[in-house]
Amino acid sequence: MNGSIGLIHYLVVAAILFTMGVLGIFLNRKNLIVILMAIELILLAVNINLVAFSAALNDLVGQVFAMFVLTVAAGEAAIGLAILVIYFRNRGDIAVEDASRMKG
Amino acid sequence: MDYATNLLLTLPELVLSIGAIILMLVSAWGGQGSTRAVSWTSVAIVGGALIALAGPASGGGVAFEGLFRADAFAAFAKVLIYVAAAIAIVMAPGFFERTSGDDLRPEYPVLVLLSAAGAGIMVSAGDLLTLYVGLELQSLASYVLATFMRRDARSAEAGLKYFILGALASGILLYGISIVYGFSGTTLFEGIAAAYAVPSAELSKGLLFGLVFVFAGIAFKLAAVPFHMWTPDVYEGAPTPVTALFATAQKVAAVALGVRVAIEAMGPALFQWRQIVIFAALASIVLGAVAAIGQQNIKRLLAYSSINNVGFALIGLAAGTPEGVSAVLTYMAIYIAMTMGSFLVVLQMRDHDGTPVESIASLSGMSRTRPALAAALAIFMLSLAGIPPLFGFWSKFVVFDAAVQAGLLPLAAIGIALSTIGAYYYLRIVKTMYFDEPAGSFPPVTSRIEGGLIAASAVFLFPVGWFLIVPLGAWSLTAARSLF
Repeated sequence: MNGSIGLIHYLVVAAILFTMGVLGIFLNRKNLIVILMAIELILLAVNINLVAFSAALNDLVGQVFAMFVLTVAAGEAAIGLAILVIYFRNRGDIAVEDASRMKG
Repeated sequence: MDYATNLLLTLPELVLSIGAIILMLVSAWGGQGSTRAVSWTSVAIVGGALIALAGPASGGGVAFEGLFRADAFAAFAKVLIYVAAAIAIVMAPGFFERTSGDDLRPEYPVLVLLSAAGAGIMVSAGDLLTLYVGLELQSLASYVLATFMRRDARSAEAGLKYFILGALASGILLYGISIVYGFSGTTLFEGIAAAYAVPSAELSKGLLFGLVFVFAGIAFKLAAVPFHMWTPDVYEGAPTPVTALFATAQKVAAVALGVRVAIEAMGPALFQWRQIVIFAALASIVLGAVAAIGQQNIKRLLAYSSINNVGFALIGLAAGTPEGVSAVLTYMAIYIAMTMGSFLVVLQMRDHDGTPVESIASLSGMSRTRPALAAALAIFMLSLAGIPPLFGFWSKFVVFDAAVQAGLLPLAAIGIALSTIGAYYYLRIVKTMYFDEPAGSFPPVTSRIEGGLIAASAVFLFPVGWFLIVPLGAWSLTAARSLF
């Protein structure tokens, strides 16, 4: 099976996506929408993990779990955008640096 | 087991979620005018869920083939969660009628119900899938609640920060869950415990990795150091009744979830997670105490106080024994009485136009202008500091006792030493109230319910609580034993 795509490849891709998602939240200084995208990236990394393990273990639970994660991610994105709209109405801006009215 | 028996074991969650759905429809059609009716019906529904808890739902059954556990431990946590949720609904109308521009809307009690239902599922989870779904139901409702004052820039910012960091926490937890699933081959807590039940030298790197991620995700939800940074901003910006809900119901749910995962799913890896828990406990105690010293805002101060208190609760978990878990439960029961009482007093802080004020300086000389309220707040603060004869002392005592009995004498000694740092800022508030010149007075308590709840929490902390030591201890020990 030399050269074919195995479990490890999927795990590495998922780990890279997860890291990119986390970095996207912390390094991004410009736009809050990008943070929502980064969160989505994290959840998709988890889904790749779940489905890859599910296939490797020959066990369906992981795929069912991935379905739940997808559904919850949709709800989460909806709520996140709604909060973003309220925030924009109050500030007229969605720059990350401005979200610092409270400090200490 | 047939479907009816399964559903009967989840009766409290059914009552809450069906009630919330019906009330959602009522509020959609009834509009702003239905707020009062929806609020009181929600309180009745929470009461109904409490009654439902008395049935088979606390009898130790396992529903849906292990996905849902209706044991004494879950029942103990649910009682605390439901009581706190009911109080958070009751205290809301008084708060929102004083804020400018944002009225209480009928969605508020509905969201609290959904959050309580999610919290109930969290503490009853017997499977990583149930855990995730319950946690998200609770969190998604909370994000909306934090943003509830839509015209207030601070509330919007609090909601936004809570959403982003909460979603990140869920992501980290989920990543841990996916790894634990991959390396143990199951999502059921029993199966995971079996996978962890190997000598610690042979524990696979994957399982260890998953454990760290899962604990990091839970620490986020607990607001334990080093994952606490969202707490002060969210607690300060969110509407006060919502903050009270976050500091009580949500905290209990997160602690109970953490305990269940640690003991039931990862119990055999006690040696591995104990190091994480001890670090989080001591770091939370130190940071919660030191960072609170300079605070000028009472809600921010209470946020640091909650971080500090989670640290003490985690010391009980670090013991990893039934006595330790029982101490955690006792701690949380006493903690929500102290915290709920404090937030009810914060609710009374407003100037003569009725606008809420949150600065600690405005408490100056309150012992002369409002002696009863000052006495109540002094009781809550001294109790949070753990000063006998107030009941908060007992909560700290049981936690340290459990740690000593589990052989963690150094941990207990350091914890006791650190608790004196915390006493400083609690005493500062008492000093401001009793020894500073009056800075103007707050108008009297208008709501009889709020006044009654403040009095009830104060009397519970001294002296009624001391008479309840034996039943509370027995009940929490029964609850703790159901995990082992």
